[in-house]
This record gives sequence, structure tokens and C-alpha cells, in this order.
Amino acid sequence: MSATQSRINDFVLKIGTVNGTGSASANGLLMKALFRMGIPVTGKNLFPSNIQGLPTWYEIRASHDGYMSYLNRVDVMVAMNAQTYKKDLEEVSPGGFLIYDSTWPRESILQRDDITVLGVPLAKICNEAFSLARIRVLMKNVAYVGVLAALLDIDLKIMRTLSEEAFAKKPKLVESNLKAIMLGYDFAKDNFTCPLPVHAEAMGDNSGNILINGNEAAGLGCVYAGATVGAWYPITPSTGVMDSFTKYCEMFRNDPETGDKLFCIIQAEDELAAAGMVLGANWVGARGFTPTSGPGISLMSEFIGFAYYAEIPSVFIDVQRVGPSTGMPTRTQQSDVMLCAYASHGDTRHPLLFPANPYECFAMAVTAFDLAERLQTPVFMLSDLDIGMNDWMIPELTWDDNYRPDRGKVLGPEELAKMERFVRYLDVDGDGITYRTLPGEDPKGAYFVRGSGHNRYGAYTEDSNAYQDVLDRLLLKWETAKTVVPDAVLSKAEQPTRLGIIAYGSSDGAVIEARDLLEEQGIHANYLRIRAFPFTREVMDFLREHDTVFVVEQNRDAQMKSLLMLEYNDIADRMVSILHYNGMPISSDCVVQGVSKHEKSEAAA
Amino acid sequence: MSFMKRPKFDLPGQQHNELGLTLQDYEGTMSTLCAGCGHDSITAALVQALWEMSIAPEQLIKMSGIGCSSKTPAYFVHGAHGFNSVHGRMPSVATGAMAGNRDLIGIGVSGDGDSLSIGFGQFGHVIRRNVNMLYLIENNGVYGLTKGQFSASADAGSTSKTGQVNQMHNINAVATAISMGASFVGRSFSGDREQLVPLLKAAIAHPGCAVVDVISPCVTFNNHEGSTKSYTYTREHKMRVTETDLIPVRSEITASYYAGDTYPVRLHDGSTILLRKVDPDYDPTRRNNALGFLERYRHRGEIVTGLLFIDQNVPDMHVQSRTVATPLKALEFKQLNPGSEALSKLQQGMK
Repeated sequence: MSATQSRINDFVLKIGTVNGTGSASANGLLMKALFRMGIPVTGKNLFPSNIQGLPTWYEIRASHDGYMSYLNRVDVMVAMNAQTYKKDLEEVSPGGFLIYDSTWPRESILQRDDITVLGVPLAKICNEAFSLARIRVLMKNVAYVGVLAALLDIDLKIMRTLSEEAFAKKPKLVESNLKAIMLGYDFAKDNFTCPLPVHAEAMGDNSGNILINGNEAAGLGCVYAGATVGAWYPITPSTGVMDSFTKYCEMFRNDPETGDKLFCIIQAEDELAAAGMVLGANWVGARGFTPTSGPGISLMSEFIGFAYYAEIPSVFIDVQRVGPSTGMPTRTQQSDVMLCAYASHGDTRHPLLFPANPYECFAMAVTAFDLAERLQTPVFMLSDLDIGMNDWMIPELTWDDNYRPDRGKVLGPEELAKMERFVRYLDVDGDGITYRTLPGEDPKGAYFVRGSGHNRYGAYTEDSNAYQDVLDRLLLKWETAKTVVPDAVLSKAEQPTRLGIIAYGSSDGAVIEARDLLEEQGIHANYLRIRAFPFTREVMDFLREHDTVFVVEQNRDAQMKSLLMLEYNDIADRMVSILHYNGMPISSDCVVQGVSKHEKSEAAA
Repeated sequence: MSFMKRPKFDLPGQQHNELGLTLQDYEGTMSTLCAGCGHDSITAALVQALWEMSIAPEQLIKMSGIGCSSKTPAYFVHGAHGFNSVHGRMPSVATGAMAGNRDLIGIGVSGDGDSLSIGFGQFGHVIRRNVNMLYLIENNGVYGLTKGQFSASADAGSTSKTGQVNQMHNINAVATAISMGASFVGRSFSGDREQLVPLLKAAIAHPGCAVVDVISPCVTFNNHEGSTKSYTYTREHKMRVTETDLIPVRSEITASYYAGDTYPVRLHDGSTILLRKVDPDYDPTRRNNALGFLERYRHRGEIVTGLLFIDQNVPDMHVQSRTVATPLKALEFKQLNPGSEALSKLQQGMK
């Protein structure tokens, strides 16, 4: 599809700027203006591991059909960064538009006939209108917002309202912002044909939706879950989770009279310590959690295995990124699935939750605490950089005021008084989950937490049978876990088909759009979105009901497919991987190509 | 079998503390450490201290890492919850536990390997956070469970049982703790119960992280000639610079306490640590004086013991964080959950 065709509310706008020049607020303004026009939008950050000075991009996709997936397409590019100008120019899709700051001519490298290049002397205009150096830099970025408002026909009234809201306490900034917007707007109106064939138009109603990123939603979810102890070590891309938890705790859990805080946030010395703190807090009965990313999980692994065997509830939020170490930590991947599923030494396995968007980050954060306490085990919520740090449009979050946390099997002094003797690891109910007590309550409930050297009564042992007895009972608990984790979500094709697609987490958007595109090609596929490990019953049913099941994921080694193969090895041959792992979010094209290529080769065979 | 219940005797004329509990009520299972191990003497001193202080067993939490020392929480106060964690990570578990329930009395038992090697980072940071707990180091200079390798606290020039000479400078637990900003630092000897019991009581009462380093000879691997952590060497070289006693909340402090170089350190709960300086040159309230003194005596080969440094005004973790007085784990869910109305209002700003 060419960008020259008249396309309303269906475009990708990409803005290339320099880190630390205030472009984030300019881009946020654009995003929110489109959102308030009722247009479904998503915003993706592509940023370097840097504080100031390196190139950074922001991509806004407007989609009247409500698609949220990343696209390998750029209809309108704003190339503010001379350093990346050549690359930005190359990226524009045929028929697209490129806007650049023409204060300094770049004619020698303007060599594309299939796109329209629009020069706007942004620096010159702003230098003439503003005197302070810092303001000039900032306003240059606001001025391109004005240019885009004219070219894309974005409502100026909304822009004004948004500026007033953003700088409610600084009226002077509102004025300079609006001035800069109008400078850009007027220049575009005077010099170009506005709007472009690709533009925005007010549609629908977004009043039931919000714009939020997954980290913010996850942190808020932890507040709503009643978490009181947050222990963490800063690591991209998970830092936003604790920022959010801190912000909302300060907002909601601060005694207005005394200033007392109903929470305790500890910035640990490393991830090993953060994990220990989470275990300590949960051991005494406070809901504690830690947000981290892959390298953090590696460091926490000894404690994770300990918590598995000693059966201490604990919540780990892993915002996945590309590994290892330096270079690509600001890029996304779903590559910690195996790491988390079996984290630690010895025989271990852990429940995992896979939110697909910020809405589920909020809800599943609460589920994670309930599961951790119910199952008395570490529980992982696997988000990723795409969900965590990008801007998503989701339905407004809701809360049921009748919700009460599931604290699991905890015995207090009243229950203990009725018992002759308390033992910690005896499976009374036959579900593999035993009763625990909390320190500080009753000497009758005292027990000793330790690693592999305990028997079913909680006493020290080095007896082989007693050890194996506990290890086997943990397997029974794993069976119980299968019945309480979130089920998978099934979406049927319009007509019966033997083709299936399995995906999880942030690959959801690409699969949703790809299925529609595949339908146009006459390829129909049912879709099952996995939301938890261990797999629930419908995962097995889905695999058995389809001849070919594409497993879509964002890692090289097909980690989810590997987990499925371990569980269902008798039908492993019907699973086909579609893998994407370059660090960018997966696009719908990738899924379409993966499926259609396979189907064509099957047809040829 | 390495787990044995201690037989309970009901002896006539047994003393009871304020809670009506006997010394036996503060004991745990039988120790499985070597006969004569210094650690068992420390456990006995701890039992005595806790009994004298009338601490309710359920109010206590006992935590440890890995090593001979870390086995000992099983050997005292069977009515308290215990947590034998992973190597070098006791401080983080203690930090999380004390964060979740600030009303607990935390005792962390560690060793020289556990605190000065694998757990050196956590040792430093629990001090920095000033988590309200007793941080006990049972220091024997060797790795016992793995058969006698030198630990980081082994002195340069000391020899192992197999005759190897340690070349490296040691990491001095008390000097490290003082220089890292600890609010309470003491050192004692497992064979000096008279000094140890009141020092432990003062440490438990102190409202912050109280580090107590106890030289505790390893009878199997580090009690030979050439060792500087043996019974003989420690007895000959230890030097008391202060003596302490804990005066409970309700007791009146009479004028006689002020005699000579004795002065009281008032704690926030109303109790008082009475501190008597044996060496008039020693000032345990000034960090640089304490460090200089320790360094001078280290050169002479003397092991300075007693309450070495105290500053009861360093804010603990909860004071720093302004945490509410009610333990976090005891808060009602409705106090923690903002509810649907707040959520809806909040989201107006996300549109």
C-alpha cells in the first residue's frame, strides 16, 4: 500500500530526535492529541542506553481498526537529528513524507524520488522568536508538533487544552508552547498543501480508554494488591515499575496528618539482596515483590530455588529485554521464559504469568500475589520492554471493591489453639499445599525455614526418603497450580480450520492483525493466547485439535515451544516456530510471512 | 541423625523471668557442633541474655546464612521462628523481615566466611540501612564445614592446622563496621561469658543494627599453636576496654552508676546501657577515636574487647523511610487498597 493514497487515521508517524532535548513531551502531546480525536493509537520508543546526546525515535501508529502491533512502515518521518538523517530518509516507505529542519540545507543527500521531502527552517524560526538557548532547543521540538498539526490536520483546540493541562502550574510555559506550535503550524500552512493525503480525522470515542505503559500499570497493580514491601535494584527496562509503585504509594498510602508511610521501599545493593528482602517480607506475612529484568533473575536464582523448596511466597516481575549485559538492554525480547520457568539449582519449576498489555499488567500483578500466597511459591510475571516502556491505549482499568487478597493457608493463634501440634510441611488437604504460620504470633506455630534438609514435619533431616517425600509433594502442588493459574484465551477463526496459532505476551497484537491479513489471503487460523505456565487444560486441547500450530515468540531458541514440547512431546511435530528476535517489537508482517510461507511450502509438497 | 530434641526437665527451684519462663524455655535443639566449640558458648550466652531480658519467644526471629555459626539458631529459643537462608545473604532476609514486621526482635547469626567473604556486600548494606537487629558474627578464622580453609578474618602470619601460613591481611569485622557507619559495634570472646551476656543484652536493646563480633575458637581446625583465634591465644591477648550492662526500662538509675568512668547511654525505649570505660583513653562515642585505638592495639597484637562504638541517634531503616508504627503486615487491606473510585479518578489524567 502506498502512502500517497488518501489514508485517514491509518499511518505510522516516526520522529527522530536527540536524547535529552525535551522531545518526549512534544511526542506525548502528539500522541495524546490523536487519542483525544478518538483515534486508536500506540506509541513506541526506540532509545539508546544514554542520558543525553544520542539519537532517539518515537513511533506513533494511528489505526482506525484499533491494531496495536508494530509495523515495518513509516508514512511520515520527522528527521530532527542530522546525525541519523540518511538512515531516517531511507526508512520512509515509498510515497511517504519526510520533514526536516531546513535551517541548514542538506541537499547533497536528499536523493529519493519516491517520497516527498518537506523542509521547515525550525531552528531559524525558533531562534528568531525565543531568546534563551535552552528554550530555543526545547521549542524547536514543539514547533514540529505545530507543523504536523497542519500537515496531519490535528485539532489545534485539543493541542491548546493539552498544553494548558501539562503546564497548569506554569502559565508562561503554556504561552511559549502555544507560540511555538503556531510558528510551525503557520509555516506549514503557508508553504505546503495541507493536509497531506495521509492524515487524521476525528472519529469514535476514546473516553472509555486510557494511555499508559505496562510498568506504570504493574506498579499500580502492586499497590492495589496490597503489597507493602518493594525491594529492587535499578535495571532497565524494569525501573518504571518501582517508580510507579513509589508514586502511587506516596499518593495513596501516605497518612496526610502524620506523614507516616504505609509501605517500605528498599533500594537494595544488588538483585541478590532484593530477592532476600522479598523472601524475608513474605516470610513474616507482608506482601513483598521485586521488579527486575533477565540479568537480575540470574542473580536472584539461588534465592528463587530456596523459596521454591522452603515454600515462601514471593513475586518477581521480570520486564524482559535483550541480553546479556551492555549494548541492547533498551530493546525488547521474550527471552527469559526458560530462565524463569526453571530458575535456580536443583529440581525447580515456577508459575509464570504472561500479560499481553498494560491492562493485564495491572490485573496480573494482583493475581501474582494471590497465586504466590496460595501456592506458597515464587511467581513470575513476565512483561517485556515493549509492554513496559511503550505507550499503549487500553480500556480503562477497573477494580472490584469486593476483592480480598487470597492469603493462602495461614494459621493464626486461634486455629493453633485448637491443634495439638503444628507441623509445617504436612499435606493435610491432599492438594500439595501445606499450612504455614507467621512469626510474631504464637510460639506454638514456630518452625524453622531451611533448604533441602527438612522433612514433612518441618524438622531437620538428611534422610533420603524424607527428602524425596517433600520433593514429590511439591509435584502434587504443581498439579494444583495448573488449576488455579489464568487460563488461555481462545479466539476462533470465522470458519473451521486445522491451523492454529499460539502466542503470548506482547506478540498478541501482531497475531491479532496478522489473522485478519491472513483471512484476506484465505488462510484461517484459530488463536490461543497462553497466559500462564504451567499450562492449563485448554492448551493441550488446542494442540490436539490442530494439525499445525504456529508458536509465535520473540526469542531465537523457541523457548515457549520448548516448554510445550516438554509437556506434550507426543505431538511436538505439529508445532512450527515463528521467531522474531532482533530487539524490535514483532510486527504483524512477520507472523503473516511465517504462516503463509509454511502454508505455501506445504501446498507445494 | 543430626537432630535431637533436648530433654526437658522440670527442676524444683528453677528461676522464672518476668514472663514466668525458665531458662529452658529459651533453649533449642541439641547442638551438633564439635564438643568444645566456641559457638555453643555463644548460644548459651544468648539464651541467658534473652531469658534475662524476658523477651517473648514468638516476638523473636532467628536468621542465619550458611556455615557452622549459621546452624546455631536451631539451638536457642525453640518457640521462635527461624530462617536458615543461603550463604552470605542473612542480612537481606533480615532486612525484608524487619521491613514487614518492625515489632519483631531480629537476631542474625553469621560467621566470618558468611559475613566477610561471600556476604561482605550485604554485611555493609545492612549496617548502612541500620536495620534494627543484633548482627552476631561468630568469628573463628576458618571454614569449618569444608575442613579448615582460611577465612578472610584470619590474621596475616597465622598458620593453618596443616601448617600453611596465611599471607593476606585480615578483614577486621569491627573496624570495618565502625568505618561503614555502624551505630553499635562490640567485640567479645566466646570464653568470656561475664562480658558477653551484658554486651548481647545491650546489643539487642539498641535501636539499630548492633554488630557483635565474637572470637569463637574452632576446636577442630583452628585451636593449635600458630593460630591467632585459639582459646589460648585469645585469652592471652584480649583486652577489655569497656564493660556494659543493660538497665531495663523501669529501673531507677542511681547516682552510684555515675562513679568514675561509668556513664549511661539512654535508649529510645527508655532502657539504659551502662557503659564503664576500663581504659580511660578509649571513647566509644567517637568514631575516629575508636578506630585509631583499634589500629594501635592491632599493631601490638592485642584483641580489644567490649562495647567499641555506639551512637544511638543514627536513624534506623524505618525512621529513615518514615514507615508507620504499625507493622506493615498487620495493616488492614482497606488501608492499603485505594479502591475503585480512586482508580477511576486517577485515570482521568491518562486520557
